[in-house]
Amino acid sequence: MASIKEQFEIPGKLKTWSYALIGVGAVALLYGMFTKGFSTDEHEQVHFWGTLMYNTIFWTLICNAAMFFLCFSTMAQAAWMQSFRRIAEAISTLVPVFGAITFAVLIYVVVSDKHHIYHWLDAEAVAKDPILKGKAGFLNPTFFIIWTTLAIVLWSYFGYRMRQLSNEADVAPMDAETAKAFNIKSMVRSGFFLVWFGLTVASTIPWLWLMSIDAHWYSTMYSWYTFASSFVAGMSLIAVWLIYMKNKGYMELSNSEHLHDVAKFMFAFSIFWTYLWFSQYMLIWYANIPEEVVYFKHRVQGPYKPIFFLNLIINFLAPLIILMKRSAKRNFTLVAFMAVLIMFGHWIDFYQMVMGSLMKEHVSLGWLDFGVLSFFVGVMILMVARALASKPLIAKYHPFLKESVIHHT
Amino acid sequence: MAQKKFVVGCFDDEAVLFPAVKQVRAAGYKIKDVYTPFAVHGLDHALGMRETSLHTAGFIYGITGTTTAISAISWIFTKDWPLNIGGKPHFALPAWIPIIFELTVLFAAVGMVLTFCYLCQLAPGVKKHRFHNRATDDLFVMVIECTDKTNTDDLKALLSAKGALETDVQVAEEGWWFGTYDNDNEDLYNNKQLA
Repeated sequence: MASIKEQFEIPGKLKTWSYALIGVGAVALLYGMFTKGFSTDEHEQVHFWGTLMYNTIFWTLICNAAMFFLCFSTMAQAAWMQSFRRIAEAISTLVPVFGAITFAVLIYVVVSDKHHIYHWLDAEAVAKDPILKGKAGFLNPTFFIIWTTLAIVLWSYFGYRMRQLSNEADVAPMDAETAKAFNIKSMVRSGFFLVWFGLTVASTIPWLWLMSIDAHWYSTMYSWYTFASSFVAGMSLIAVWLIYMKNKGYMELSNSEHLHDVAKFMFAFSIFWTYLWFSQYMLIWYANIPEEVVYFKHRVQGPYKPIFFLNLIINFLAPLIILMKRSAKRNFTLVAFMAVLIMFGHWIDFYQMVMGSLMKEHVSLGWLDFGVLSFFVGVMILMVARALASKPLIAKYHPFLKESVIHHT
Repeated sequence: MAQKKFVVGCFDDEAVLFPAVKQVRAAGYKIKDVYTPFAVHGLDHALGMRETSLHTAGFIYGITGTTTAISAISWIFTKDWPLNIGGKPHFALPAWIPIIFELTVLFAAVGMVLTFCYLCQLAPGVKKHRFHNRATDDLFVMVIECTDKTNTDDLKALLSAKGALETDVQVAEEGWWFGTYDNDNEDLYNNKQLA
């Protein structure tokens, strides 16, 4: 392993680009904040805070998906991803960062009583509304703040514990007993994360953060659909970083076999996302009950129609057709393109989840959305690169590494 | 139904098998197949076999299922027997998606199973020569086709040198047949054990 490059040197170009993106984003963010966020016009406020909400939630969840990927692979004692596990780890270091931003935004929205975003914050309306009264045990500011805090803190903490454990694989070769103990310990720690992930991302957190925007409406598919959206985008993010690092001459142990499996995840979970998305849509379309249909009315037949179908084309048809072939999944250029496309597609999906409910009259997609996006992309690039540079790129004494090196699909 | 002469070499380790496969091929011999107790990753590449076309067949079956479902349902519900179901339009695509999906899967699954059986020449009653019984247990059995010019002793020596535990020469049926196994070859099937 003498020739393996273990230390990532952050290229100057990457820094320049990420600073430029952060700069552009910060300008848009600040300008938006003062012209819209603190404006007296409620419509403008909703526009700004809604945009910030879906961006922070999207980025927190997709970075968290990287840790979810590591944890379920560890739980299944999978070995193939060990050769690039440090990329997933680096992405997951962003959970506390983006989590803190999400926390700040959501707590601000709740504390400053923005009931145009969360209708259930309006105490007077809730008192008169039997449906909201029935949900008040769940949808109330106290529970929202406590659960949001717990979710973000515990994702960060359990993720941190997983990364700490991974550091042990850098120190010295393990004998059979140590390796066994290490394996058990990894599985226990990933178990904590997975259970908490199931209680939050796969159930309560999307209900609280996103679905409660339509306070009266509910869908039992919603959390899984949000989870699938964030997970497939998270796998795409891992793919993009893997390809970038390969391109720069790092990650020698990962090859088209590993890319093939990452792309399989992108393909399979695009289909899974569609399955949940469609199940939610079809049942509501079929039953045609007014209180349920209200969610889709302006999305399918109103101003959001182009976004609605764009969502389906980018997130279902494109991966289905383009990633179906084996040779496509092993092609670095094509997978890089598809990964960026899928991330954009699911960003659009999150956009319509939030803004489709907040601004029903027109599609607001514009400078603010792309500005805020560029801020988050810039932060993500810079922080992931720094996290990668802070550790060896290969967990070289990991007991499963050899199995990953000889991985063959 | 042609009888052919084969040289058979048995290996008990993948790490020995792979270099042996490479050497035998490099020496210009034609390997008929390597019979293994389980799927060995990368062996198909080492043997220089082409990619299977089963996926393509599966895709075609799937597309056929999709087309069948769409054309059948749309004809039934719009032309043949239009029904008013819950006030939905006659061409109610979302409601059909599950059936379209199921038919796609059904066609692809059944078609691929049958194609797989065809490609592997598997059917009830079909018999093929077994080169070594322990290919289903713990040995990797490499079978090399002989031509008129093949010196079987040289080949056996090469196999032994490359780590084969056991080598022998068999004259056997190349393809498949219906019926029973020959009694002539009985000794081959009587659980020949390695020394």
